[in-house]
Amino acid sequence: MNMDDILTWLEHPGLTHFLLLSVLLFSMGLYAILTRKNAIMVLMGIELMLNASGINFIAFGRYSTGTFDGQVITVFVIILAAAEAAIALAIVLNIYQTFNTVNVDEINKLKD
Amino acid sequence: MDLATVIFYVFVLITLGSAAVVVVSRNIVRAAFALLFTLFGVAAMYAFLMADFLAVTQLLVYVGGILVLLIFGVMLTNRQISVDIKTGTVQTWLAALIVAALGGTLAGIVWSTQWNILSQPPAETAGAPKIGEMFLGSYLLPFEIASAVLLVALIGAALIARRERTS
Repeated sequence: MNMDDILTWLEHPGLTHFLLLSVLLFSMGLYAILTRKNAIMVLMGIELMLNASGINFIAFGRYSTGTFDGQVITVFVIILAAAEAAIALAIVLNIYQTFNTVNVDEINKLKD
Repeated sequence: MDLATVIFYVFVLITLGSAAVVVVSRNIVRAAFALLFTLFGVAAMYAFLMADFLAVTQLLVYVGGILVLLIFGVMLTNRQISVDIKTGTVQTWLAALIVAALGGTLAGIVWSTQWNILSQPPAETAGAPKIGEMFLGSYLLPFEIASAVLLVALIGAALIARRERTS
């Protein structure tokens, strides 16, 4: 693959552009989940990964199938993300009241 | 390179740059605000993919709802004795190795696969009426289950987060 091919590829955003973007977002979300101590930062990593999956669904819907199924699935992903964020933050608040910390590597007891 | 492509790359840079800040920033509040720009960038990507309804939903639910919840969580779960809200990272090198391996594999798959791409992109119609028809048509059961899940999750969250009164 020579320089001209890469330049033409860069000039025409298509399916692979969106897929590569979502791969990068997914990897960064996974990195946040693996390295962060704070439970809320882990949640932010999960949100990044869910967004990456949404981009994938809609990109395939537009370029590969031409139907609206991908967008409908993405609506469900957003619904579940909202439910997950609400529940997770309620749990994190309770953990904070119990242990006085939200660092996931220090919370290793089921009860005190 | 036409204007739409330039704008596309600007939004890609905003998305990835702010996502990198989310991942590496030691200040949680800064990370939360960087997440705002990432979510905006993803909404712009939805708009570039002609998913107008999804772009607006992304702004309403993520930026207006989930992000505010996350910032509430940050504010409520940090000892306010210290002014700066910092967080540490663990196992950075091992995690970077795993993530690089996974990301490289995925990128290789994306790059080398011959995806089934439509020769003619579909006509650009408004998404909301179509999505509404599909919700009340072929996706009716998942739609109803999702509404029940949301109700249960929100009641459960309110119940869990409430402080117990054991006087």
